[in-house]
Amino acid sequence: MNKRGITSYLLPFLQWLPFVLLIGALLLAPQFLEPFRLNQLGKFLTYAIIAIGLDLIWGYGGMMSLGQGLFFGLGAYGFAMYLKLQASGGKLPDFMFWSGLEALPWFWVPFQNPIVAIVAALVVPALIAGLLGYLVFRSRVQGVYFSIITQALTLLTSIWFIGQQAYTGGTNGITNLGSAKIFGYSLLSPEAQTGFYLATVVCLVLVYLVATQITTSRFGRMLVALRDNEARVRFLGYNPVMLKMLIFVVSALFAALAGILFVPQVGIISPSSMGVVPSIEMVIWVAIGGRGTLFGAVVGALVVSYARSFFSEAYPDIWQYFLGLLFVVSVLFFKSGIVGTLLTGFNRLRVMLSGEPLEMSEHGLSYYRTTDRETPTPATPLLEKASSAAEGGS
Amino acid sequence: MDAILYQAFNGLSLGSILLLVSLGLALAFGLMRVINMAHGEFIMIGAYVAFLFQQTLAPVLGGVEPGIWFILAIPAAFIVAAALGALMEVTMIRHLYGRPLDTLLATWGVGLILQQAARSIFGAPNVNVSSPVWLSGGFDIGAGLLLPYKRVFIIALVSLVVIAVYLYLYRTVSGRRLRAVMQNREMASCLGVRSRWVDASTFALGTGLAGVAGVALTQLGSIGPALGTFYIVDAFMVVVLGGVGRLPGTILAAILIGVTNTLLELGTTATVGKVLVLLLIIAFLQWKPSGLATLQTR
Repeated sequence: MNKRGITSYLLPFLQWLPFVLLIGALLLAPQFLEPFRLNQLGKFLTYAIIAIGLDLIWGYGGMMSLGQGLFFGLGAYGFAMYLKLQASGGKLPDFMFWSGLEALPWFWVPFQNPIVAIVAALVVPALIAGLLGYLVFRSRVQGVYFSIITQALTLLTSIWFIGQQAYTGGTNGITNLGSAKIFGYSLLSPEAQTGFYLATVVCLVLVYLVATQITTSRFGRMLVALRDNEARVRFLGYNPVMLKMLIFVVSALFAALAGILFVPQVGIISPSSMGVVPSIEMVIWVAIGGRGTLFGAVVGALVVSYARSFFSEAYPDIWQYFLGLLFVVSVLFFKSGIVGTLLTGFNRLRVMLSGEPLEMSEHGLSYYRTTDRETPTPATPLLEKASSAAEGGS
Repeated sequence: MDAILYQAFNGLSLGSILLLVSLGLALAFGLMRVINMAHGEFIMIGAYVAFLFQQTLAPVLGGVEPGIWFILAIPAAFIVAAALGALMEVTMIRHLYGRPLDTLLATWGVGLILQQAARSIFGAPNVNVSSPVWLSGGFDIGAGLLLPYKRVFIIALVSLVVIAVYLYLYRTVSGRRLRAVMQNREMASCLGVRSRWVDASTFALGTGLAGVAGVALTQLGSIGPALGTFYIVDAFMVVVLGGVGRLPGTILAAILIGVTNTLLELGTTATVGKVLVLLLIIAFLQWKPSGLATLQTR
């Protein structure tokens, strides 16, 4: 104990200092940023909320969900339905009128109430994730199979939304929300927009704290154990189905929450924001930022989104190439992401300064393994293997 | 009844294209546990090879109608797509061995790049590839039903390819090596099979087959840089449903998904049909989690 240097007392403080500074800066941003930039930052912060949920299930749980766009979209649609009804002022929403509907469809009626709309926007994605997760994990669908099934569901739902012009607004989605009123303020007024921005910051902090709580709890450790060796967890007597389902639901809830905060700030939700392409881009945020580090997910979402807005305004073609390269390079050469790389450097520095042996911090524990534990041959339970060997196999 | 028969026939031709696309996916997944998200882009490459042949070779070889260019485009698309696939395997995939989820991301990136490259070279709008004269018209099977020659041709082409793949897998030395590596990589390596070589050639074979599928698709509609994205998710579903590493499972799954898709479209809309197929697959996995046919590994 007496060997501990002064730096080891400073470290806990140093670790939290960036967070405090960052939250302070985010809360003060409305004073300094012009409305367009503030709006953009708010949008990107909702992405960060999605990224945290995705990091929980992928970075910690090892299950790459390509359904986050779907849950995000459902949350966004839920709240957009309320805003649309508000904006239409008791009349039929314009796209329904254009599609020849004469009365409000029954499932739109409850969305006149904001509380019901928000609850539904959270509960529906959670239910879908729960049901899908239960069925899929029960039949031990793992790894790439899980990604493919969630991707298929995302694709189909977005196509379905495009097809249901009269009920969802079709390809255009739900637009023209400008005349909706929130607490007496027009949706587009600076007051309302700043309000939504601050709400996003608060939600992001809350989501981050909840996620930290999850990852440092027993549940989080089980999650990492599942990621690294699911077979062993099973053999130790745990049933992973509920655990995996639960984390899937949590990540879906975060994505849906992000959707709710996204809609009023961006003013539109369309199937193109919830399809396959956005879903997989969400994965790259986490990969770039650093899987298995929650802070990395936030950083990744912000960095990639800002890079996108910078490049795609100037050179849309080059952005496509760049995005493609980003996928390849981040996987081949930059496995631990921005924050993972920084943390490794920080740990080395700590060892050099204090002379302590390198101990794994809570972050160290959760680093994403650079090799998946999935073995090239399908893992057959030992008993099955033995019996097939005894019979001489086929 | 006639309408149902006709739809079933259309489903058969859709299923055979899916089969062509998913054969490569299933082989690569069975062998290397790699899911190639850029697989759809190799369909697109094959289709553009056919387009290029029409533009450049058709005037030399007696015009568009006799269709010599079209016949030549089939092996050419195979070679081009297979060569690009081999390049991709050697430069990227093999460094990601044992990391299936990372491979999924990296190959998606390659897919984005290939799509954008097609957009830069050929332009974003769709282009049309015309048909040789012997592919227009169809068999009249009575009751006012016409089976288009195009679809019959596709089914015949796919049958030929599947037979060739079968012969390759079960009647040649390299096919036997492939199956050996699929069953037990370490043991096969110990016995002197160059498993890296098997990986690369199998991956190239798969992407080549996708290229052939692309040529077939030019006969069913216009083609564009995003052509592959319309088929890839269905092809994944075939792999999930069919199980890994067994030819019969993939064939059965492709035909099933193709026919079910088109038949359900009859009663409902196209998208509701697809949603139902996905739900059916998830329900099926509850019963048989590893798909229709599974490979016994040791």
